[in-house]
Amino acid sequence: MMTTGTAEPRGQALAINNLSLEFPTFSGAVKALDDVSISVGKAEIVGIVGESGCGKSVTTMAATGLLPKGRYRVTGGTVRLFGHSTLSMDDSQLQDLRGKVVSTIFQEPMNALNPTIRIGRQLTDVIMRHEEVGPADARRIARDILADMLIGEPERVMNLYPFELSGGMRQRVLIAMAFSCNPGLIIADEPTTALDVTVQAVILRLIQNRARRTGTAVIFISHNVAVVSQLCDRLYVMYAGRIVEHGATRTVLETPQHPYTQALLRCLPERVAPKQELEAIPGAVPNLLQPPSGCYFQPRCKEAVEQCRSQTPQLTGADGQQVACWRRGVAVELPEQGGRR
Amino acid sequence: MAITRIIVPRLILLLFVVLGVAVITFTISHLIPGDPARMIAGDRASAETLENVRRNLGLDRPVVEQFTIYIGNLLQGDLGTSLRTNRPVAADIRTFLPATLELGTVALFIAICLGVPLGVLSAVYKDGPIDQIARTVSVCGISMPVFWFGLILIYVFYAKFQILPGSGRLAMGIVAPERITGFLLIDSLLQGRFDAFRSALYHIILPGFVLAFANMGVITRQIRASMLDVLQEDYIRTARASGLRKGMIIFNYALRNALIPSITLLGLALGDLLYGAVLTETIFAWPGMGTYVVTSIQTLDFPAIMGFTIVASIGYVLINLLVDLAYMLADPQIREV
Amino acid sequence: MSAVMPTEPVAANAAMRRTKSLSERMRYLWYLGRRSPLTLVGVAIILAVLVMIIAAPFIAPYNPDKVSLTARLLPPSAAHWFGTDEVGRDLFSRVIYGARASCGAAFMIVLISMSVGVLIGCFSGVVGGRVDTAIMRLMDVVLALPALVLAMALAAALGPSLFNSMLAVAIVRIPAYVRLARGQTLSLREQVFVKAARTYGASPFYILRWHILPNAMSPIIVQATLDLGGVVLIAAALSFIGLGAQPPTAEWGALVSSGRSYMLDQWWYATFPGLAILITAMGCNLVGDGIRDMLDPRLRGR
Repeated sequence: MMTTGTAEPRGQALAINNLSLEFPTFSGAVKALDDVSISVGKAEIVGIVGESGCGKSVTTMAATGLLPKGRYRVTGGTVRLFGHSTLSMDDSQLQDLRGKVVSTIFQEPMNALNPTIRIGRQLTDVIMRHEEVGPADARRIARDILADMLIGEPERVMNLYPFELSGGMRQRVLIAMAFSCNPGLIIADEPTTALDVTVQAVILRLIQNRARRTGTAVIFISHNVAVVSQLCDRLYVMYAGRIVEHGATRTVLETPQHPYTQALLRCLPERVAPKQELEAIPGAVPNLLQPPSGCYFQPRCKEAVEQCRSQTPQLTGADGQQVACWRRGVAVELPEQGGRR
Repeated sequence: MAITRIIVPRLILLLFVVLGVAVITFTISHLIPGDPARMIAGDRASAETLENVRRNLGLDRPVVEQFTIYIGNLLQGDLGTSLRTNRPVAADIRTFLPATLELGTVALFIAICLGVPLGVLSAVYKDGPIDQIARTVSVCGISMPVFWFGLILIYVFYAKFQILPGSGRLAMGIVAPERITGFLLIDSLLQGRFDAFRSALYHIILPGFVLAFANMGVITRQIRASMLDVLQEDYIRTARASGLRKGMIIFNYALRNALIPSITLLGLALGDLLYGAVLTETIFAWPGMGTYVVTSIQTLDFPAIMGFTIVASIGYVLINLLVDLAYMLADPQIREV
Repeated sequence: MSAVMPTEPVAANAAMRRTKSLSERMRYLWYLGRRSPLTLVGVAIILAVLVMIIAAPFIAPYNPDKVSLTARLLPPSAAHWFGTDEVGRDLFSRVIYGARASCGAAFMIVLISMSVGVLIGCFSGVVGGRVDTAIMRLMDVVLALPALVLAMALAAALGPSLFNSMLAVAIVRIPAYVRLARGQTLSLREQVFVKAARTYGASPFYILRWHILPNAMSPIIVQATLDLGGVVLIAAALSFIGLGAQPPTAEWGALVSSGRSYMLDQWWYATFPGLAILITAMGCNLVGDGIRDMLDPRLRGR
């Protein structure tokens, strides 16, 4: 049974507050998430960007209870998903939420569909699980939503097996499956990374359009700033399990504050003038078994000072843009930094 | 069709296999240190009698000629004459085969019914107490000396508590039903002989379970391994992320895919089953091929041993061919192309 | 897949490589063992059997072949833990000594089939061409046959003795190793260091001896370990039907066979040797499974 929500700030789809999580291993605990707070309003589209392994997926998988049981430990924080505190729910309670309240679209469409079951059956199984409909109605819903995903001949596609479809088609089926029970929140975890560039834009538009039309909140997870920049209202930048910057997409992209965000944007080929050299961030992502002291980015940061090495910076700033960096102090207006590049 | 492309080479291999077995069995029976003529004629036979026996068996002709005759006979279904029973080996095998098939079928049925659920539970509750128990049971099965297990069960259930019979297919005094299929359980039912059915059922429980136990271990292990493989596939994550019920995910989404690689194993398990049947039959005095071949081994009845080897090999290869076909039919990726 | 999270043993293996000290390694093994208690049980069994084989004269309370007609078919007691047999030999001592014949036979079978199979497989892989095709077709034929039935026929033809039954089982197990070794050879042959050796004119034998064999061995040895448990059973079974070790040799299968006629009244005779077979085979299988799980990168994360 679903637990009904209580005392929720109106309009919040997902509120992750100060979530910390670690993976215990032989060599010690890997601190995968440290004090992560993310909020997503109803019908809002939010992006989380960062390098692979920075904890983007772990955050959302923890929030939806999809991390492998017994292999992780939540060390602090809360999650409210439309009023349900998912961290304390058991598996069957979560199963009631997933697909109905929150859906996830994963990165690899190749293996994300069951190879021995026809497409139609996989869709109707989900629909009949959450909606009070019979097989015929479920098929009709599935057909409509496939058509909405710009799949020609949905009836034919439903009779096929996954291996008979291209990667782009499979991803459309998965998106259709995610939307099929009209969830309030969709988590799109690198939904286009494995696809051709030409298909990517189409797929992203499909998600965005459908979400806008149905008032569904979406979290886009990507390592590619360019991908999310055109879709999202707000952006979170993650580094090594921490949020380092957060704000309205335009603000963050146009006036990036955190040295990491700035470096990340300088790496984008699209943003570099022709013939200008592409930049790479020196150094490597820290080992989270033995994370550096203070700011996690400090070993790679050109601007690091003593305080960066000794104390962990907190997210500060107005709602429009927050940054966790000692060199961008509270209320320091940013005259010489950032600006239009 | 993809299927013909796969079957034709297999049929060619089958031909070679049959020829190969024939060569092997022929070579073996001509390399034996014991002298079959001496075996038949007895220790005190004169040189002349021995010579006569040799001539009758064709043992005096050149080896190549003997081999040609041997192959020719094989092609006509003639497996030679048993030195012990003095009957054609083929006829002997026809007599004893159904008992073995019945035992094997019952054992396989028990093994699958117990092994598959155990393997699924073991994988789903990996590393939990259920898994540890299931794995212990499965390793026990795989490591069980069949002949010893049979003895122990006979001691407990027959000698000690006298709950179940310990040998044969029917109780003494019960007339066997007329032979239709050769399976006593089926024949007795067909003829409405419920006394015979009851007796046959009681008699097959112990040997059936002994033979099933080892195979159950293999099946459990295989199902557990492929379930673990499947459970970490992306499509299971998709199913979980879309909120499907646990039972549906396990049985409709995971087990279906885990069974496909397990089908091939079934063919291989039949090899173990055949071998286990030889030992089980010996222990339970089950009048089947196993008892026949072990008695033949003990009396150096080489035509019988080789006849058994040929029939068992061809049967094994054929069954594996069928199993591979089943595998292809189960996998839509092969079936639909 | 599990790209989103660090797979634990990968990190742990890195830790293993980093740390050199013995105590760290023991701690790591203990960590792995705690995660799979059954493997630890297997290791304990194997160690116990090894002790039995090496120290049999010190453990066995009696001479295993000493006949004592006054002490026939005695039930288990403080003096004779496993009882005595029909001529008064101490069964506990016979089971202890039986480890030598039974496990020795199993070990020899695996050793013979592995060595011969690896030689043929590497040769086939290195030579290639028609010879390779012919060898592999032949192996296909043998592999398509029910191995144990073949071994029985072979053992029967060679005449019943422990050596002959070992030989028969070893022969039918060769093809599996041929396939494995050939596969290894073929993939190694494409490796840069082997190609380099060929360009500077190393002979095929040299390449085989110094480049291919050393690198192909580890998966083959894993396979051999896994085989051991099954072979213990087969060797005992052949002895049981009278094809292997002959009485009065103290071999577990033969002991069960002799004890069979006394089963209804003297249960201990066949029970203890059979238990020894079961436990030994379990030990081998548990350790084999453990090693495979440790080496299989797909299983590591679990």
